[in-house]
Amino acid sequence: MSFITGVGLTPFGKHEGSSSLDLMSQAAQAALDDAGLKRSDIDGILCGYSTVSPHIMLATVFAEHFGIRPSYAHAVQVGGATGLAMTMLAHHLVTSGVARNVLVVAGENRLTGQSRDASIQALAQVGHPDYEVPLGPTIPAYYGLVANRYMHEYGVTEEDLAEFAVLMRAHACTHPGAQFHDPITVADVMASKPVAMPLKLLDCCPVSDGGAAFVVSRERTGEAGVRIRGCAQAHTHQHVTAAPALSELGAEISIARAKKATGLAISDVRYAAIYDSFTITLAMLLEDLGLAGRGEAAARVRSGHFSRDGAMPLNTHGGLLSYGHCGVGGAMAHLVEAHLQMTGRAASRQVRDASIALLHGDGGVLSSHVSMFLERVR
Amino acid sequence: MSGRLADWTKGEAAVTYQTCNSCGHVQYFHCAFCAACGESDPREQRASGKGRVYATSLVCRAATPETRAHVPYNILLVDCAEGFRMMAHGDNGLAIGDSVVVSFKPFAGKLVPFFTKDT
Repeated sequence: MSFITGVGLTPFGKHEGSSSLDLMSQAAQAALDDAGLKRSDIDGILCGYSTVSPHIMLATVFAEHFGIRPSYAHAVQVGGATGLAMTMLAHHLVTSGVARNVLVVAGENRLTGQSRDASIQALAQVGHPDYEVPLGPTIPAYYGLVANRYMHEYGVTEEDLAEFAVLMRAHACTHPGAQFHDPITVADVMASKPVAMPLKLLDCCPVSDGGAAFVVSRERTGEAGVRIRGCAQAHTHQHVTAAPALSELGAEISIARAKKATGLAISDVRYAAIYDSFTITLAMLLEDLGLAGRGEAAARVRSGHFSRDGAMPLNTHGGLLSYGHCGVGGAMAHLVEAHLQMTGRAASRQVRDASIALLHGDGGVLSSHVSMFLERVR
Repeated sequence: MSGRLADWTKGEAAVTYQTCNSCGHVQYFHCAFCAACGESDPREQRASGKGRVYATSLVCRAATPETRAHVPYNILLVDCAEGFRMMAHGDNGLAIGDSVVVSFKPFAGKLVPFFTKDT
């Protein structure tokens, strides 16, 4: 068995003067404090990457900086799926006896440490270096292509997509650490600057500074227990040119594997933490995972289904779209929020019942997927 | 391995693709082997340049000075007649399902495939 024994999350937005290591350290300290563990208790470290400060050995750079001499350490890179992929690996490391307490950490000064152009350009390199990147696509363009096709096949409209941005912003307004606190409307999303059609500025997550961390342990360290019930991955392609049909994308494969690994069904899920780099990402993943029928996710947003008081509260911190996106730490914030909800510590955002949570991460252009079930144990 | 046919990625006004001699798999990304079955030396050919639009995205926010000069530009995924999908540029008005034919245009210092409606 494995437990998430502590979580740490910085506010997202601008952290002028903070390095990636500073943000990682802040989040890591918060996670250790939350778990009630000392540095010497940590024997494994997994970390993400930093586009601002790339390093071939970031985990040991961090370990030295933070003051830990782990028996297991390395970085993991699966784009936006990295946070959950690290959590999955940590789960296997502690259950197989390789480590007792694995610190999973990521942080990046992506907003203040480099220009927006540099961030956009760095991320666009997930495209094929010969067959895609010379055409000048951006990450929004890769997802814009997917959005265009998804809307065509399932009758989804731009107004439908806008609903997800509005919902994430409404949730962010209730979290003091979120990057954005001004409510927005569907009309605001529709009127926002075109980025890569059909995606407009408010359909896209921002670039942020921030950090997130958690500790995955073999044994509980406190009263409230959050257990990793099971997880699975799927990787169908890297480049959008080589992506399979919309009906064969990896999210459906990874969730099927995760359901089989845990014996759980979507009907067991009480809280959802789903990757939302763009409104289309969230719409598609909700439908791929079975949290909404095909083409029906937006209607469920409108009816309040995914709101804090709804039947399936979703990303109550505001998600990547409005809490912010600092790279690997961005999607880890989803897990931190799920943990706070599951342990009854989500303050004004607290939902009625978060006894079983479904988390899903996506890296590349719907290329890499990780699905994970967390369960509260008493 | 046979010599490689030049295509737009090498500065030539052409689109090429490969067909596996063993399993018949068609692939667009040039490779020394078939990505489906592993058989070496897939047969290389020039494509007709005809296809249908699978998806479009009009890029309005670019990230480099070279690409910014072309904004807005329409990125397409085109399902080519020979059975492979490729990314390219195209006319701004193109929609999913349109029959298109390729030409080539300079973009940010390179020659890139540019699709227009096949009339």
